[in-house]
Amino acid sequence: MSLSVKDLVVDHGAIRAITEVSFTVKPGELTAVIGANGAGKSTLLRTLSGLNKATSGSATWKEHNLLHGKPEHHVRQGVSHVSEGKSVVAELTVEENLDLGAIWRKNKKEAQESKARVVELFPRLGERLTQQADTLSGGERQMLAISRALMSKPQLLLLDEPSLGLAPLIVEQIFQTIRGIVDSMGVTVVLVEQNAMGALKIADSGVVLNLGKVVATASAAELIADPAVRAAYLGY
Amino acid sequence: MVQFINMLLISIGAGSIYALMAIAMVLVWRSTRVINFAQAGMALLSTYIGYELIQKTGNFWLSLPLAMVLGALMSALVEILLIRTLIKHSTSGPVAGIVPIIATLGLLGLIRATIGFIWGNQDVQIQPPLSKVGFTFGAETIALSPMNVLVLATVLAMMLVLGFIFQRTNLGLALRASAYSPEIAQLAGIRVAAVRTIGWAIAGAAGAAAGLLQTVNGTGALSPDSLEFSLLLTFGFIAAVIGGLESLPGAVLGAFVLGLVLAITQIYISGTLVFIVAFLLLLLVLLVRPQGVIGAKVGRRA
Repeated sequence: MSLSVKDLVVDHGAIRAITEVSFTVKPGELTAVIGANGAGKSTLLRTLSGLNKATSGSATWKEHNLLHGKPEHHVRQGVSHVSEGKSVVAELTVEENLDLGAIWRKNKKEAQESKARVVELFPRLGERLTQQADTLSGGERQMLAISRALMSKPQLLLLDEPSLGLAPLIVEQIFQTIRGIVDSMGVTVVLVEQNAMGALKIADSGVVLNLGKVVATASAAELIADPAVRAAYLGY
Repeated sequence: MVQFINMLLISIGAGSIYALMAIAMVLVWRSTRVINFAQAGMALLSTYIGYELIQKTGNFWLSLPLAMVLGALMSALVEILLIRTLIKHSTSGPVAGIVPIIATLGLLGLIRATIGFIWGNQDVQIQPPLSKVGFTFGAETIALSPMNVLVLATVLAMMLVLGFIFQRTNLGLALRASAYSPEIAQLAGIRVAAVRTIGWAIAGAAGAAAGLLQTVNGTGALSPDSLEFSLLLTFGFIAAVIGGLESLPGAVLGAFVLGLVLAITQIYISGTLVFIVAFLLLLLVLLVRPQGVIGAKVGRRA
């Protein structure tokens, strides 16, 4: 009952983006996937959510095969993906973006309850429900993107660079919120980050990617203590 | 004074039909990024079908919604059988993105030829369901007939229904989200391919209504190479461009602006200048404000 990726290979045309990547994520844990720009982190997430096609290998969440079917199928199996770059629909209002996340859910009462919880988690969004999403600040947008995913009642949440382009103070706030989601909602999270230190600090375990290959998997604490990882990714 | 009121009435009547066509163009553009030149042909075929239905049932009120449903089905089929495949196959190379648009031009010709084959090249005539004689006030007859009122009421009702669907229903939310950001829509669980087909279907229904209403509101004559339908397409396109091509309210506004400009030209200058003015307006908008009058979102996020 976990996320299990085995010998995953993904090609972008003639270029191999991911080479035989294997790792597992335990339910209810936060796993940080770190690595430099171009390491294949986003491709990995996009493959797990069904946006990209895998060349070979396997990826399963519980009994569900993640390499078969489109994102709209996976989201119904509890897999939600917040893609890179504040994934909100700028032309819709904040509330419409939230409703979007629950659009496939049959039980509208439960969806309303999810909305109430999300607004409780991010009161700033609650104050801006009728505003168009493109009037929000970068941090608020990221909160909205995460909230949209939470509206889909996820069990596995795939987050792509939530800290991108945000001020350090906001980044800290977003990271704490993500940790809170794992702790209070029992959601399993795969967090892709270039901000390796920030991500490892809140993570339970970590996967280090380099040029599409896994170079280390260990607990977050071990990775932070590892001299090679420190030198290459933590900058000291 | 009467002349001024007539000018307004003519502009509203013409504008409302352009609006339907413009809505159809915008819906197709938003859902698949295709300019559908076959819209005129599909509207024409729907109108011929409407003509057959009126012949069989003798009932215009029944035939109009039926023709719209058939128009919607036809449009959905075109999207599923033709456009979807073409978009999939034309992602690279020098003609990427253009292939589906050129294909709609081909489809336009095909539909017209097929209509000629089935119904012949002679005009067929649709009887208007209501009088086309303008209401009179004392000695003055104004440019508003019961038929005009019907057209206006129908178009208004359709816009209200569309507005409700787009702003207040999940289907509308799915249509808008898929148009602006297909990837996020997909991640939110929307079956984007199906939503695209629905966008085409609604466009087909709007086009069918525009065609049938335009015909009974005009001379009632219908022919495969109907100039009226070419103009309907062109004016619908101009209206959609004025409105920024992305926005439904923009398309409606654009249609009424176009209707007003053409009515002013026709009443105060000369009826023979109408087409020249219409196309000058299109070029002017493209030169000065290509994002449209309402289309404020210039650098829209991908």
